[in-house]
Amino acid sequence: MNGEPARDPSRSSYYVTDALYRALIAGFADWQRDERAVTDPAERDRFRRLVEREARLLDQRAYEEWLALFAPECIYWVPATPEAGDPRREVAVMFDDRRRLEDRVYRLRTGYAWSQAPASRTVRMIANVEVFATDRDAVRMVRANFLIHEFWGDETRFLSGWSGYRCVAADGAWLIVAKQVNLLECDQSIRNPSIIL
Amino acid sequence: MLERVSQAPSRVGGDVLYAWDELVQEDRVHRLIYTDPAIFAAEMTHVFGGTWVYLAHESEIPGNNDYITRHLGLRPLIVVRDAHGKIRALYNRCTHRGTTLCRWPKGNAGSFQCPYHGWSFLNTGKLRGVPWPEGYAADFRDPKYNVAQVPRVESYRGFIFGTLNLDAPPLLQWLGPITKPIDQWLDRNPGGQVVVCEANRLKFKGNWKLAYDNSGDGYHVVYSHRSLLETENRLSEEGNKGMAFYRSSPDTAPMYVQYMGNGHHFKDKRPNLNQRPGGLWAIESPHPGMEHAEAEFRRRYGERAEALLDLAGSEPVNINVFPNLSLLGNHIQVFEPVSVEETNAIWYGTRIVDANGDLGDALDEINALRMRTQEGFPNFGEVDDVANFEQIQRGLQCLEDEWVYMHRGLGIPGRVRTLDDGTITAPATDEVFMREYIKEWKRLMQTRPNLAIQREP
Repeated sequence: MNGEPARDPSRSSYYVTDALYRALIAGFADWQRDERAVTDPAERDRFRRLVEREARLLDQRAYEEWLALFAPECIYWVPATPEAGDPRREVAVMFDDRRRLEDRVYRLRTGYAWSQAPASRTVRMIANVEVFATDRDAVRMVRANFLIHEFWGDETRFLSGWSGYRCVAADGAWLIVAKQVNLLECDQSIRNPSIIL
Repeated sequence: MLERVSQAPSRVGGDVLYAWDELVQEDRVHRLIYTDPAIFAAEMTHVFGGTWVYLAHESEIPGNNDYITRHLGLRPLIVVRDAHGKIRALYNRCTHRGTTLCRWPKGNAGSFQCPYHGWSFLNTGKLRGVPWPEGYAADFRDPKYNVAQVPRVESYRGFIFGTLNLDAPPLLQWLGPITKPIDQWLDRNPGGQVVVCEANRLKFKGNWKLAYDNSGDGYHVVYSHRSLLETENRLSEEGNKGMAFYRSSPDTAPMYVQYMGNGHHFKDKRPNLNQRPGGLWAIESPHPGMEHAEAEFRRRYGERAEALLDLAGSEPVNINVFPNLSLLGNHIQVFEPVSVEETNAIWYGTRIVDANGDLGDALDEINALRMRTQEGFPNFGEVDDVANFEQIQRGLQCLEDEWVYMHRGLGIPGRVRTLDDGTITAPATDEVFMREYIKEWKRLMQTRPNLAIQREP
């Protein structure tokens, strides 16, 4: 096509298409199957290290390094119902593409995000990490439970749930192409949901 | 059958709880209206019960026997479309021991059986039966055993309201001129319809009126939402995205605030826009899928694409219906008081339907984009507002510093204008809507409401 703009997913969003939504919903349906569980300790450890490192980078608010864990064209999805639903027909707690994830980081750093001034201190516990194979060799799914201790204002609160990660192999490394955060209280009123989960 | 509410246990009744004219003055209010548990308790009858309160949207209970659980003030309700299609607001309370009958947020049920002793009720509220009735001398045909319900439930174009006050005017009369912006808000969508679809749900440790004070506040935007405005415009050369029209001199911009009576008010930011198809979409900040949808729609639909994109755009209005409903962007926002210092602010999303049968494949794509536009403000804007509401609640613990001001625009000749229809307009940053709605609040607090519940005969 003539005059096609440069498609830098940090600046424009061409990849969030109906096909992407359909693939996303399909990718997060029926993937936690025992017969697909990866048992090789080395492989399991590779993904355990990935999600543990992700948690540490978020606790450290090392957002550039955290963003680098994701594929350029990625999705960060916090559904508003335990069933996750169809993000084309329902609002989510959060549904970000690459650019909106970078918006999220940018906003926190403006110095004027009053919901994070001062910033929350967080400690994340990651446990029950399971890795699942998919129909494609270069795609793995990972499930990890999380417990976030968030000290904000003058009190500590807890946010818990489990995350599903869709990971793709790219040039010898594994990148997160989609992260689905299933917050235990996703369909309840949440006080100050302003940290990155 | 109507059942008048016993006055005996009421701590408020017609008694003067406070010198209301001292607490609510022309230019300021006393901190107690936000902090005093006794005032909050009185609000639960005088306001949440004493006037029309938004309960639910008809699209949440589309079929017979569909129900959704809600609150009227602190009263748990089951809002149900009964087996005959009639919408009712049942007290979620067993007439035997007071147990809530339904613990699910929504569903479809022709009857509700109490989990405690098994009393069973039709979704009309009528008692169906009790276990081992031979153990009772009572006659269970007596209506007093039927579930209590809100005696007056009326809808306006899908919005379901209820009141316990037999003296309240009919809903349409009470809404008055605010129906015009509600109509316009609906009619920009195909068939004049929206469907509620999940929500962004926030809570804050602050009084519910802090949210209603904010609902038409054009003065806070560039300060409370500075992080939002900077983020929305970080990639924009023109710097005109989102609410950027507040940045330079908002009071001389064509937008305005209008007080509509009975506590309702309207902030109209539409005059700031370029009045053409696509004029709304043109100020949308970046959203997931935006450039793809723009390119696809323009390729497939040509000139019509701009109007389709506008359907995903966030309508720049705040339509505030006292005490708990706010239509803004494409959201139906509801304020739920939880305690004197805790409130839920729930931003129900809406999607459109293909009412005219001319959207085809575009329907799902418009709605997908509309979901993403709706997630923007709760995530990047509202979180900062509610942080400020919490800090107001904290600041108001300074007991001796008693007053909270709402006098922006007051006393400046020509600034606030009363129109022929009795509505009042003022520049966008004016606090006239706060001064006016709080008068309605004071009127309700001073008036003994004629409350009743109803039971099936």
